[in-house]
Amino acid sequence: MTAVIAAAGLGKRYGRQWALSDCTLAIPAGQVVGLVGPNGAGKTTLLQLAVGLLAPTTGTITVLGEPPAASAAQLGRVGFVAQDTPIYPTLSVGDHLRLGAWLNPSWDQALAARRIQALGLDPRQRAGKLSGGQRAQLALTLAIAKRPELLILDEPVASLDPLARREFLQGLMEVVAEGGMSVVFSTHVIADLERVCDYLVVLVASRVRVAGEIDALLAEHRRLTGPRRDLDTLPPGQHVVEVSHTGRQSTLLVRSAGPILDPAWTVEPVGLEDLVLAYMSQAQGTAQPGPTLREVSR
Amino acid sequence: MIEFHLDSRSGVAPYLQIVHQVRHALRLGLLCEGDQLPTIKAVVSRLAINPNTVLKAYKELEYSGLVASRPGIGTFVVQTLSGAPLVALGPLRNELERWLGRARRAGLDEESIEALFRDCFRSHAGEDVA
Repeated sequence: MTAVIAAAGLGKRYGRQWALSDCTLAIPAGQVVGLVGPNGAGKTTLLQLAVGLLAPTTGTITVLGEPPAASAAQLGRVGFVAQDTPIYPTLSVGDHLRLGAWLNPSWDQALAARRIQALGLDPRQRAGKLSGGQRAQLALTLAIAKRPELLILDEPVASLDPLARREFLQGLMEVVAEGGMSVVFSTHVIADLERVCDYLVVLVASRVRVAGEIDALLAEHRRLTGPRRDLDTLPPGQHVVEVSHTGRQSTLLVRSAGPILDPAWTVEPVGLEDLVLAYMSQAQGTAQPGPTLREVSR
Repeated sequence: MIEFHLDSRSGVAPYLQIVHQVRHALRLGLLCEGDQLPTIKAVVSRLAINPNTVLKAYKELEYSGLVASRPGIGTFVVQTLSGAPLVALGPLRNELERWLGRARRAGLDEESIEALFRDCFRSHAGEDVA
């Protein structure tokens, strides 16, 4: 599978502060990819590097096989909605569409007009007077009406109320349903991830902790509860992501491609939220210390 | 036509939730042969869900021979899932009731019986647990 975003040893430094360092990842095409990680993990920096708003200090990044923003044609293939979904407050909704049509050779006016109508927006309204949800929808409309091959969204729903968030994601998924567009978006809202994303990337302190198709990840991870035991006795192929012991009991979150055969364990499925949090806390060192805390990536 | 819902806290992959809901509806007779499943686009707009998820669920149902997709028209139920014939249920029920009586006489309370049943059920199902 070709990568829509491929980074190798990618780093960005501001003064003496590294916002992103030694980041290596490959995001596959044709998917809706959720990028999650704690604040300061480098998500926004990574996405801004991907659209060419920032230049890397070290390493390389390619987007759709080319350096970001290498040419006008390359710019046309990538859509981007920055954090807080910026619009021009003094321009009207209709002005935004005209601007989009002028600036983008591949502009799909029919799609833009259809979405604006479906959203119930008045083209004469000044964009600065729109609600947060409407603003986000307008920004999304501009990004998708240029018919990009890759749409990058930086925490598009962070500031929206639950209803506006759902409507935004509905709009996004309806466009994805038409086919031909890969999506990468960063988010803190894990509940959205499972509905909307095929593919998950957990980024912590610039490192990819886990990446993969969500259905496969859910199938491979399980919570084991059983009598307290030494983890060195686990069979090979079971990677412990998170572990906690009480006096008599051990609780493990493991990743294992095969079934768990030991009858001493009670085996339960793991929800996506627990899975993501386990990897995030593992990397921050807040999990139980122990020799079994391995970095799992592929 | 049925409507799907998603429980994001269940730990069950969304595509499997859709598969389960269709199977459940077939078992209860809420869906019959010839009924149409909601179009992918309709499910996507209703649930704000990834279209590939719905597609994967429908593929899985198609693979198990329960539904068939007619390109450009939709996905239709071609087989129902009635459970075991009623005749078989009676004796099984009697056996289970006798067993429950024995368990109670042995001093097991409801919770212990349930735990024992689930444990046996899981080890018998054998897929995730052995």
